[in-house]
Amino acid sequence: MSPLLSIQNLRKTYGSSVVLRDLSLDVAEHDVVVLIGASGSGKSTLLRCLDLLETVDDGVIELEGREITDPRADADQVRSRIGIVFQSFNLFPHLSVLDNITLAPRKVHKVPAEVARERALAMLERVGLKHRADAYPDHLSGGQQQRVAIARSLVNDPVLMLFDEVTSALDPELVGEVLAMLRDLKSEGMTMLVATHEMGFARQVADEVCFLDGGRVLERGAPEQVLGEPTEERTQQFLKRIIQAGRL
Amino acid sequence: MSDTWVPSARQQERDAYRRRQSLQSLLIAVLSTLVVGGALIAAVLSAPGWERTRETFFSWDKAVESFPAVLEGFWINVQVFLVSAVCVLVVGLVMAMLKTLRGPVFWPLRALATVYVDVFRGLPLILVLLLVGFGVPALNLTGVPTDPIVLGCIALVLTYSAYVTEVFRAGIESVHPSQRAAARSLGLSGPQSMRYVVLPQAVRRVVPPLLNDLASLTKDSGLISVLGAAIDAVRAAQIETATSFNFTPYVVAGVLFLLLTIPLTRITDRVSRKYGAVPGGGHL
Repeated sequence: MSPLLSIQNLRKTYGSSVVLRDLSLDVAEHDVVVLIGASGSGKSTLLRCLDLLETVDDGVIELEGREITDPRADADQVRSRIGIVFQSFNLFPHLSVLDNITLAPRKVHKVPAEVARERALAMLERVGLKHRADAYPDHLSGGQQQRVAIARSLVNDPVLMLFDEVTSALDPELVGEVLAMLRDLKSEGMTMLVATHEMGFARQVADEVCFLDGGRVLERGAPEQVLGEPTEERTQQFLKRIIQAGRL
Repeated sequence: MSDTWVPSARQQERDAYRRRQSLQSLLIAVLSTLVVGGALIAAVLSAPGWERTRETFFSWDKAVESFPAVLEGFWINVQVFLVSAVCVLVVGLVMAMLKTLRGPVFWPLRALATVYVDVFRGLPLILVLLLVGFGVPALNLTGVPTDPIVLGCIALVLTYSAYVTEVFRAGIESVHPSQRAAARSLGLSGPQSMRYVVLPQAVRRVVPPLLNDLASLTKDSGLISVLGAAIDAVRAAQIETATSFNFTPYVVAGVLFLLLTIPLTRITDRVSRKYGAVPGGGHL
């Protein structure tokens, strides 16, 4: 079976700095692939390229066998099939929780307001925030905001979810509630690409861990292998620093 | 790190496609502009009254003839504008800071600024001009200016400062409170936080609306001619027109105003792009 997501020889530069070089990676359906690596290794850029928020400079990305990097592809249509959650939540501050979630269904997918509302409430129930439906983002904790952001993506029935360091801006005691949601999603069979510094989470949930360095996948494999017995020296150095910081 | 990247065939094809697309867009834009513009020009030129209109509004001889008088009047507009603009920016900024002062001690100052803005934003400029221009000299106070141009400038400043106050206030309030908190936490005093942290960010954000008010001020600078003494560009054009019933001098005055405001906009755009494009970057 062909992979759900296939990335071949991806290249992305900003001016003279090359952020992704010749990066290739496949993600099978229902798999959870965790991206690890130092800041600046290209994790965020990769996720942004996948959601077509950036234009790649070379290479091919295929979603469900169709090339989405083709300038003729309908970028809006592609983005509506992929969900992305950002480190800084990016909820719309002028909309209530419910309106944040129903905006895309109503305006993009033309779902009737009543149906969109029902679906949003069901989604909020799932993330345990139904009682905050009419609250505004400012009045929620970081963890709650991030759960709303995830619900906002999920309500569009994406085939692929991208998570860009979604717990990095959260207080430690709020990290757990967001990671629990990601675990739930995995058990429901969602295909996910997760950039994170939470090594414990990577070890438990990942089907595959990829270590990014200098804009390419330097090492990939089962979590026990990459996190436990890395073969590349750069991976070993990276994990050593993480251990020194007390994060593993 | 060495980098010997050559675009793949697929990327070259994509780039070629994008180039074709943008070329196509450009062609469509040029073509549609030509068609619409051409149609408009054709409509005007084929209008039955075009010959007369051209003679009345766009007579070259009349334009040359009236130019010196209109230009001389325009010089008054420029002077009044420059002096008023500086005063308006200063008064507006001070009033805006008064309005954003917190704490019960400052209540009288806040109230003063609020009442001032409410009154002068609401009064028609022409009324303020007449009140100041004829009312103040009638008081017969010693030391009070009686020159109509000075009084006209005062009226302009009173009215426009009220608008500009609100523009600056919106800018100051748009700077997130955490910026002030960060400044205070470093030991900067309240005024220092305002001067070094809040205002530089606020001013940059309000440059476009500020320019709106200044452009409007260049045009209203001519209104002081109602006080009788000053003959500005529009008044000069009116005098020229009165002798011949040819409206070309008005067009001449209009062109002069455009020559003032358009460069003003371009220069401000460039300056604010240089200092303001990066959020939080640069300096005032």
